[in-house]
Amino acid sequence: MSKLSLIQSTAIPLPIENVDTDQIIPARFLKATTRDGFGKNLFRDWRYENDDEQQPKKDFVLNSGRYSGQILLAGKNFGCGSSREHAAWAIKDFGFHVVVSSFFADIFRNNALNNFLLPVTVSPSFLDMLMSAVEQDPKTLINVNLPAQTITLVATGASESFDINPYKKECLINGYDDIDYLLSIRDKIEAYEKETGI
Amino acid sequence: MGKTLFEKIWEKHLVTTIEGGPSVLYIDKHLIHEVTSPQAFKGLSKRGLHVFRPQQVVATADHNVPTIDQHLPIREELSRKQVDALKENCADFGIELYGLGHPFQGIVHVIGPELGITQPGMTMVCGDSHTSTHGAFGTIAFGIGTSEVEMVLATQCLLQTKPKLMRINVEGNLNKGVLSKDIILHIISLISASGATGYFVEYAGSAIRSLSMEARMTICNMSIEMGARGGLIAPDEITFQYMKGRRFAPSGDAWNEKLVYWKTLQSDTDAVFDHELHIRAEDIEPMVTYGTNPGMGTGISQHIPTLDAIEEKERPNFTKALQYMGLSAGAPIRGQKVDYVFIGSCTNSRIEDLRLVADFVKGKKKADEVEVWVVPGSKQVEAQAREEGIDKIFEEAGFQLRGPGCSACLGMNEDKIPAGKYCISTSNRNFEGRQGPNARTLLASPLTAAVAAITGKVEDVRDYINL
Ligand code: SF4
Repeated sequence: MSKLSLIQSTAIPLPIENVDTDQIIPARFLKATTRDGFGKNLFRDWRYENDDEQQPKKDFVLNSGRYSGQILLAGKNFGCGSSREHAAWAIKDFGFHVVVSSFFADIFRNNALNNFLLPVTVSPSFLDMLMSAVEQDPKTLINVNLPAQTITLVATGASESFDINPYKKECLINGYDDIDYLLSIRDKIEAYEKETGI
Repeated sequence: MGKTLFEKIWEKHLVTTIEGGPSVLYIDKHLIHEVTSPQAFKGLSKRGLHVFRPQQVVATADHNVPTIDQHLPIREELSRKQVDALKENCADFGIELYGLGHPFQGIVHVIGPELGITQPGMTMVCGDSHTSTHGAFGTIAFGIGTSEVEMVLATQCLLQTKPKLMRINVEGNLNKGVLSKDIILHIISLISASGATGYFVEYAGSAIRSLSMEARMTICNMSIEMGARGGLIAPDEITFQYMKGRRFAPSGDAWNEKLVYWKTLQSDTDAVFDHELHIRAEDIEPMVTYGTNPGMGTGISQHIPTLDAIEEKERPNFTKALQYMGLSAGAPIRGQKVDYVFIGSCTNSRIEDLRLVADFVKGKKKADEVEVWVVPGSKQVEAQAREEGIDKIFEEAGFQLRGPGCSACLGMNEDKIPAGKYCISTSNRNFEGRQGPNARTLLASPLTAAVAAITGKVEDVRDYINL
C-alpha cells in the first residue's frame, strides 16, 4: 500500500451536503470483481447527461476544467449511505488522496482509511473558508500534514488541526494495514476462542 | 454504574485493545454476498491465506439476482460473473452458500433471522450497511467495507473503536395505521440523516416492546439512515418465541442454557447513555418522504416544508432535492400521483409485510396506470406467501409477485424505475438515482404503499382502514 504523509495540492470544491455513496458511485457500477477502474464512474450521474460519457454535464465541477488536484473539499455528512468500499476506491482511483469535510459518515471514513485515502474533518467555518478560497482562485494550494495533523491554506497560513486515531495514523504513515496487525495476533484470537468456548 | 446492553455484548467480545487505539472485536457471524466480497477473496488469495473460520460465514446471492425466471442463467453478464465468482469463492474457501435456486436464498438480512443464524448477544457483520437489521435480536450487528470483509475472513476479528451510545425511547400506544416503518421514518425526520453519526442506538420504550420481531427489524434496519453504526433492541419473550425452532437456533439443553444468558441482555437501570431521546408514540403519523435522503420525510397530513422553514445553510440542498423530485415546497404530499409501487427490500419484505398488504388489497384491484412489484425477501417468505394463498390475492389485484432479491431497492438488476417516474417504495433509501437513473422514490410503510397501489396516489391509510 502507498504511504501517506505530506500532501500539498490544489483542490476541487464540491459544496454539497449529504453526498451519499449512491452519488459517489451508483450501484449499477458495482459489478466488477477487482478494485481498479472505479474512478471513471465517480459521481457518474452528476457527470454525464443520460449516462452518456459523450455528454458531460458542463456545469459539474469535475467537468468544468476549472479545478484539479488531489484534495476533494466536500459538504457535511460526506459518504453517507451504503457500506460500499467502491466509493473510496472510486475517489482514490480518480486521483484524490485527501477528502476534507466538516463531517464524515462512519463507514465511509473507515473505508477511506483502509484505502489510504485520508478523511480530514475540519470545522464548518474552516471548510467554508477553504471552499471560498478555492472557488475564488483554483490555483490555491492546501497543505495537509499528517504527522503534525494540520491542514493549512498555504497563501494565508490559516491552519487548523485535525483528529485521527493514533493507531490509524501510524498505519497510514508506515503503509501497514489492519490485516497485517490482526494476523500478527492470531494466537491471541485463538486463545480468546478457547477461553470463551466458541 | 450499570452497563448498557451494547457494553455487555461489546466487552464479552474484546480480544484485546491497542494502547490509545482501537479494540480487537471478535465476530461471531459473518454474512457475505456477491457484491462486496470478490475483492476480499482476491485479497486473501494474494496473501496466501485461507478463511480462518469458514463455519462462521454464511453466503447468499441477493443484490444482483433477477427476480423473474430465477431458474435460468442470469442474462446480464456482469451480474452473472459476480454471482459465479461468489459460487467459486465459497467452494474454494469452504463457505456455505445459499445461492440462487436454494430454498434458503434471499436478502442477506432476511435470511439470517429467519434461519435462526442471528441470535441475541452475538457480534455480526456483513459487507452491507443494513446489517443493523440483526440488532433487533439484541445483537451488535453492523455493516463493513470490503477491506474489513477481508479482515474478518482472515482472522474473524475487526479493529473497532467503541462508538458513543444513544437510547431512543418510544413510549405510548401507536395510532391505528401506523407501522414500525413510520416510527423509524419519524425518528429520522426529527434528527436528520446524520443525526446519529458516531452512535450505536438502543431502541426502548413500551411502543418498541409491543412490536413483533419483524417490525423491530424494520426499525433497526434503518438505523444507518440517520448515520448510526447500528441499532439494537433488548431481547425479550417476543424474541425467544420468534427464535424457537428455527433451523440454526439452539435446541434442547443448549436452548435452555442460552436462554439464561439471553435474559441478562438488557441495559441496567442505572446505565448511562451519551445521549437520550424521548418520543411519544401518539405523535407519530403514517410517514412519507418527499426528498432525496431518508431524513426528508413528513407526516401524511403535513405539507412539504416551505423554504423559510429550512435553515439557511440547508436551503440549496433542499431546493436541489425538490427539483430532483419534481415537487414544490409547501405543497401537500397527500394526493401525489405514483407510477410504481415497490414492496420489498430488507426493510419490508418479510411475511408479515406481505400479509398486511394482502389483507388490505384482498378483493381490490390496483389502479390502472400503476405498476406494482412485490419482491419477497427470501425463498422461504415466497413459499410461505404461496402456502397462505397470498400469491392469489396479489394476482387478482394485478400485482406482480416476483422471486426474492434486493431488486428495485437499489436497481442493480433489471428492476429499475424509469427516469422521472414516481415510485412509492417500502425500501430504505430515496437517494438520487437509487432505484434507477433519475427515478423518484417516496419511502413509506407497506400499508401506505398498498393504498397507493389501489388508488394510484399517496393517501392517508387511516381513511382506508377500519378504525
Ligand atoms: S434490500 Fe436494499 S438495502 Fe437491503 S441489502 Fe439489498 S440493496 Fe441493501
